[in-house]
Amino acid sequence: MAFFKLFARNRGALIGLIILGVVTFLAATAHLFFPDDPFSLAGTPMSGPGQNGYLLGSDSLGRDVAAGIAHGAKTSLLIGLLATLVAVCVGIVMGALAGYHGGIIDNLLMRLTEMFQTIPSFIFAILLVAIMKPSIESIVIAIAVVSWPAVARLVRGEFLSLRNREFVQACHTLGMSDTRIILGEILPNCLSPVIVIGSLMVASAILIESGLAFLGLGDPNIMSWGFQIGAGRTLLRSAWWICTFPGIAILLTVLAINLVGEGINDALNPRLRERS
Amino acid sequence: MSLTARRARYVVKRLLQSIPIVIAIVVLNFFLLQLAEGDAVDVLAGEAGSATPEYMAELRAKFGLDQPLSIQLAVYLKNVMFLDLGYSFRHEMPVSELIADRVLPTVLLMVSTITIAVGFGVFLGLVAAMGLNTWRDTAISIFALITYATPLFWVGLMLIVVFSLNLGWFPTSGMENFAMFYEGWDRVWDIAHHLVLPTITLSLFYLALYTRLMRASMLEQAGQDYVTTARAKGVTENRIMFVHVLRNALLPVVTMAGVQVGALIGGSVIVESVFAWPGLGMLAFEALFSRDLNLLLGIFLLSALLVVAVNLVVDIVYSTLDPRIEVN
Repeated sequence: MAFFKLFARNRGALIGLIILGVVTFLAATAHLFFPDDPFSLAGTPMSGPGQNGYLLGSDSLGRDVAAGIAHGAKTSLLIGLLATLVAVCVGIVMGALAGYHGGIIDNLLMRLTEMFQTIPSFIFAILLVAIMKPSIESIVIAIAVVSWPAVARLVRGEFLSLRNREFVQACHTLGMSDTRIILGEILPNCLSPVIVIGSLMVASAILIESGLAFLGLGDPNIMSWGFQIGAGRTLLRSAWWICTFPGIAILLTVLAINLVGEGINDALNPRLRERS
Repeated sequence: MSLTARRARYVVKRLLQSIPIVIAIVVLNFFLLQLAEGDAVDVLAGEAGSATPEYMAELRAKFGLDQPLSIQLAVYLKNVMFLDLGYSFRHEMPVSELIADRVLPTVLLMVSTITIAVGFGVFLGLVAAMGLNTWRDTAISIFALITYATPLFWVGLMLIVVFSLNLGWFPTSGMENFAMFYEGWDRVWDIAHHLVLPTITLSLFYLALYTRLMRASMLEQAGQDYVTTARAKGVTENRIMFVHVLRNALLPVVTMAGVQVGALIGGSVIVESVFAWPGLGMLAFEALFSRDLNLLLGIFLLSALLVVAVNLVVDIVYSTLDPRIEVN
């Protein structure tokens, strides 16, 4: 509760939380309000917003834009969360091993991290998805592969500063195993920055996913916002609404997650907030 | 040791440091190529419609694809060293030639984007930091927050709707109007006219980044001891801001500009495919559509090497701007 009070002090974070709640609600109820397959050709093509019973219009094949947005919300949130989860896990393992052991392991792992940070991430993601063939799994893997280095660096830094503290030395004298010290003792102490970076990573994962889908690298069986915009771009002149509304959905969702992430940051590091 | 000798040593050290990264990237590229289903011979056979297994085996022997992986890797490394990035069977041209044809438009787009993004970012960050917690600061922060969350391709499409289709101020796509056969300054003007929308689109995201960075950097520097000293000496506030603080605050922005080049290349794939800008990003998009993996890998390799090179240059520039770096 104390956490929420601190979180709510940031008005932007509250607004973000509300928007995110709406998007989550939309995703959870997509199959109730729009029970039909979003790819199905529901009716009159190229209807403007509000025409022929379409709240946000329909596209060139008569697919409902609003239905696509509702189902796309599910895709975006799912891929954003899954990819972040994988990236955070990989990053924690890499960073913890490097920071805890130091020496040659640290050196090798950090060189690897550096290499992955050097590679232009979006092109790398495109390449990975193109090689693995577009599917939910390949998109999640590709986003995770380009996102883990940031977590690894953060976790390594935390481990470096914590590994010589008294409580860790006490664990050594008690004869605890390395695994137990890493997972049970040090990791819980550096979780708050990881949570912050993780929440911001969900936003960038959603942006990457929409970019991939826009370029035609989305899972062909799953509706997504990027796909909607990519499919509507050729009709920009005659049907602006096909591209416009899914884009607003992406913008609001990413904005909301960024705001919530900043709110979590303020709440977890209250001193930082008071300083600025 | 004299300053120049130390600087030379630092440059050599940084050069040597980047060699393993370059090799690692090339090796990674090789294995990505191996991961892909089917090799060049499969592609050729597919193009030809049909091919006997004997003919395919013969072709594999000719391209060295029947050799063990380690030898293939060695050959690949050697080829890349001589800038031979393989052959694009779709375009029936060597990948390196295809890329060379498209480098210039991308460089043009990136240079104009970095100029606009860093220029305006520094300006907005400065304005925000100087009017801390006023309406200007709030407005700039909200603007940065929103542009930071906007997908590039959507901004591009919306700009096209407003400024090309409705207002007719700018062309929707391409780099120049070939039908007009412009020459000299007319051609430069034509290209600049085509450049406006892609540059705005690509720079928006980075503009947000640099604005936030510049604001934070200014605020951090303003709290340093040397500012107090300057103030105690009776230096005017304007001079403190624009001479003392601004210079120091610019340093992280310079580094960030280097770090962001990789992301900029990724962004240019999207922006170029939205505006049909005939650069590397558009080439990557075409390669993606025609499943031309050789070409895609070539572009990927080149862009990774470009990032290494830019980081190197930025580090060296940085060390001349801030001699403290070398000591550490």
